[in-house]
Amino acid sequence: MLMDFFILLKQELVIVAIIFLLLFINLGKDRSNESLLPLINVVLLLNVLLGFFGSKEGSLFGEMFHTGKLIILEKNILNLATWIISLLSFSWLRTHKHVIEFYILLLTALLGMFFMISSGNLLVLYLGLEMSTIPIAAAANFDLAKRKSSEAAMKMIISSAFSSALVLLGISWIYGVSGSLDFSVILLQGPDSPFRIFAFILLVSGFAFKMSAVPFHLWTADVYEGAPVSVTAYLSVVSKASVVFVILAFLYNAGKAFADTWYHILIVLSILSIIIGNLFALRQNNFKRFLAFSSIAQVGFIFIGIAGSSQVSSAAVVYFVLVYVFSNLAAFGVVALVSAVSGKENISDYKAFYTTNPLLSWVLTIAMFSLAGVPPTAGFFGKFFLLMAGAAKGNYWLIGIAALNMVVSFYYYLRVVKTIFMEENSQPIEKLAIPGASRLALYICLAGMLIAGLASCVYDYIYSISFGL
Amino acid sequence: MSDYAYIVLIPLLPLASFVLLGLFGRKYFTKSAGIIGTMALLASTIIALMAAHQYFFVDGKVAGAYHQVIAFKYTWLAFSPGVSIDMGIVIDPISVMMLVVVSFVSLMVHMFSLGYMKGEERFATYYAYLGLFTFSMLGLVLSVNIFQVYLFWELVGVSSFLLIGYYYEKPTAVAASKKAFIVTRFADLGFLIGILILGFYSGTLDISTLIHKLTSVQSPEYIAITTAGFLGASALTWALVLVFIGGAGKSAMFPLHIWLPDAMEGPTPVSALIHAATMVVAGVYLVARLFPVFSMDDTALHVVTYVGAFSALLAAVIACTQTDIKRVLAFSTMSQIGYMMFALGVSKQVGEQGLGYMASMFHLFTHAFFKSLLFLCAGAVIHLVHSNEIKDMGGLRKLMPVTHIAFLVACLAIAGVPPFAGFFSKEEILLAAFNENKLIYAVALFTAALTAFYMFRLYFSIFWSKESAHHDTHHEGTVSMKIPLIILAACTIGVGFIPFAKLVTADGAALETHIDILFSLAPVGLTLIAILIAARLYKQQNGGPQKIADSLGGFYRVVSRKFYMDELYLFITKKIIFPLIGKPIAWIDRNIVDGCMNALASITVKISGGIKGMQSGKVQGYALYFFGGVTLLAILFIYVWK
Repeated sequence: MLMDFFILLKQELVIVAIIFLLLFINLGKDRSNESLLPLINVVLLLNVLLGFFGSKEGSLFGEMFHTGKLIILEKNILNLATWIISLLSFSWLRTHKHVIEFYILLLTALLGMFFMISSGNLLVLYLGLEMSTIPIAAAANFDLAKRKSSEAAMKMIISSAFSSALVLLGISWIYGVSGSLDFSVILLQGPDSPFRIFAFILLVSGFAFKMSAVPFHLWTADVYEGAPVSVTAYLSVVSKASVVFVILAFLYNAGKAFADTWYHILIVLSILSIIIGNLFALRQNNFKRFLAFSSIAQVGFIFIGIAGSSQVSSAAVVYFVLVYVFSNLAAFGVVALVSAVSGKENISDYKAFYTTNPLLSWVLTIAMFSLAGVPPTAGFFGKFFLLMAGAAKGNYWLIGIAALNMVVSFYYYLRVVKTIFMEENSQPIEKLAIPGASRLALYICLAGMLIAGLASCVYDYIYSISFGL
Repeated sequence: MSDYAYIVLIPLLPLASFVLLGLFGRKYFTKSAGIIGTMALLASTIIALMAAHQYFFVDGKVAGAYHQVIAFKYTWLAFSPGVSIDMGIVIDPISVMMLVVVSFVSLMVHMFSLGYMKGEERFATYYAYLGLFTFSMLGLVLSVNIFQVYLFWELVGVSSFLLIGYYYEKPTAVAASKKAFIVTRFADLGFLIGILILGFYSGTLDISTLIHKLTSVQSPEYIAITTAGFLGASALTWALVLVFIGGAGKSAMFPLHIWLPDAMEGPTPVSALIHAATMVVAGVYLVARLFPVFSMDDTALHVVTYVGAFSALLAAVIACTQTDIKRVLAFSTMSQIGYMMFALGVSKQVGEQGLGYMASMFHLFTHAFFKSLLFLCAGAVIHLVHSNEIKDMGGLRKLMPVTHIAFLVACLAIAGVPPFAGFFSKEEILLAAFNENKLIYAVALFTAALTAFYMFRLYFSIFWSKESAHHDTHHEGTVSMKIPLIILAACTIGVGFIPFAKLVTADGAALETHIDILFSLAPVGLTLIAILIAARLYKQQNGGPQKIADSLGGFYRVVSRKFYMDELYLFITKKIIFPLIGKPIAWIDRNIVDGCMNALASITVKISGGIKGMQSGKVQGYALYFFGGVTLLAILFIYVWK
């Protein structure tokens, strides 16, 4: 029994252990960042590796906490993404005074996400949601010298407080109607009254806020631009991915009775997100803002996949998220390196980037291709599978709009590639020294973008552990 | 049935060349890159010829008809039960024919480039790209699965983007490669949706299963796809038209042809490869590959027919007025592909009525030789005079005897003069059109005469006209440039005599054809007259052409500006999309969104007594939007949707 407890909770327990470890280190005598950072990175690597051992299906705390193969895989993806971000932040954190606090915040948020993904009860879900938001808001403030960074933190905390309030309202209404917070109980209630539907919409809007789907996206661009690049990467990849996983689990399990309603909600959100995300991404010059808006459009594509509501869609979504982690982190990695050294964050600064930094240029180019969905990068397969899954519902207007927007997105992703390779610049960004850690992270992302697409076993495995509505 | 697994080597060798040269080319193979690439292609070509021999003459025929053989199939990914994505190799008459064409023309281009691209700084990169392109094209040809087609289809697009943009210092080349990529992307969008519809209704992505399910009238899949409708047409029609749009983009059919003339910015041998024999015929190949399904739907076939015929005519008219040698060839390619398309469109699946299909494939085959020859000759000419403009040429026949003869042979072939290759294939196309649709026949006939005219205009302007302004010190090019010209010229004379109707037909069974002299009289007569007119006008320099151009006045100007097609697109994007959609969005962004924020902010500020400082005030606006979104969804789903 106790053994079960440890095995089922192993990923959470490891994170807690790491947080305590960091706290103890912090209490002791001061250590230099040069010795601290490698240690932390190794610990995080161990955390990733540990996730692959000893998986077991089951639930704890009276059905409040669930775990299974798919959930473990999802947590592993998040662990991996966190590790990669940590590697990429190396050059930024090297000179930072509060390294340990930074990691504690990120890991606490990660822990919150884990509970959120595993939740079998709305209360746990809510706690996880909060726990995964507030620390990141604090982390967004970590460019201590920059005003914009503090502003980003403020905006995030206020916006998310507002969203939390509505989510709580939704939860309490659901409780009022069904007398329970357990997924398995709310599951039985049909969508017969507007009251229920409204409560449900409140809940979904909370998720949509975290995923920055239109029209709940407005905080995204400001926060992405103001926060340090590492935190932006964390927000746009780890945080977003975790909510995708949650929404998938929640809708496919607890939302069965509402299937018709949320299908249409997702369609509306998806069309809005894709179109508005794309149109705004077209005009951005700040690289982080650009990635912010383009990731809003990506979320729209994810919604199409989720709306398919079959085993295939669940697999396609998890697969897409995996690919998205690699592609987006590769892009953010390059941006982080450039920003840490030269402070430049505009796309126009990247003119003739290829002449000085060929390796980084190639990584960025492949990332852009993968995000745009050009074969043979993994992004192509990811998008294609999402559309296939969505097409199973036979809603061709939606697929048509999505495919049309894929072409639009081609235009702006290609614009970045063109800037890097083909435009002239008398003062290109100087040649950057890439720290070993960042180099490793970029290679991992590169391998991910190229291999995850061509190695069919990745998708096959995800499919084998997925489930439909 | 013997084993064809060795065919996998044909695409893999160019891939190996790409990987080797791409990774190490710039360091270790700066000089030898060309030889390595050419050797790989030589091996591929030999294997392809062996495979063709084995299939056509040894064991491909079962009970009097050529059978489809799946040489190799590997389930790469099981997407869901029933729908799997396979990688494999299909062997049937058209795939074997395409194998030969693609590897052979690619070999010629590899060889020609040894001299043409010599001394280029990124020589190894160039050969790496060539290898990648050849690999993708061969992979496309061999596909067993419609997803495999799409994958390689996109790869072909990517590698041609790289090749067209090879001279990336030139802004026009960059713009051209981008245009080609984006325009074909729009077309691919149609293809993608078409695939999704076909896959959805037939429940499979495997091409032969799909064809099997959608061609038997009683199957539930066929009934489902023909009864489901959308805007007045059945789902089958939609799917096929969408797939055809994808093909039309790659094959530069009207109105998606605008990228082709600009793509001439790439190195000329690249044009010979991409824009003559391989990528541009991918669309034709796609329609041919799915032809059994196309033949089930008359509407889709009509679309193919009329788009093809109109493109053929339009391109021929434009070609008469262009002064850039490569652009003339580009439009002539578009025109000839139009021929192949409408030939497919007037065809049926079985027996005698399958003449159009056979003729289309035949023309694809012969066209590959003479058009790549024309492009390579153009390359040799451009190499010598360093200009693409016809006016800088003239009187070159003495300076470049080999090129001269080769170009003449190719011109005679494309004009359809017997006994050159183009004559045989064009006759079959005209006959097929004549049997099915007289209007199309008339268009085709007129286009044939125009073709002869503009090709010989080109020929006389380059090699005759005035005396050459170039000195004897200029050379015609290296031996490695001449050999491909000679080989291709020999093929152009010879390939017409291949008994194509016995080998490549829609249903696999041999087709009886014969050349009817009476029927040939009209096209050949018209062609000869057109050649004589061209000779009269362009053999000696005189004021004739200008006079005609003047007398046509406005019409000539419209045509020479390619019917203002580019201007139209520019107008739509610059004058309509940007100001009417882009600018309002920017304006909304700046004024309404920000304005709302500011207004809200100022109200809030007044109410709360002036919270200033760090907060820009926008967050309240965000919250309002958030709440607005919730309300909107609530209203939508509680009141409207119910």
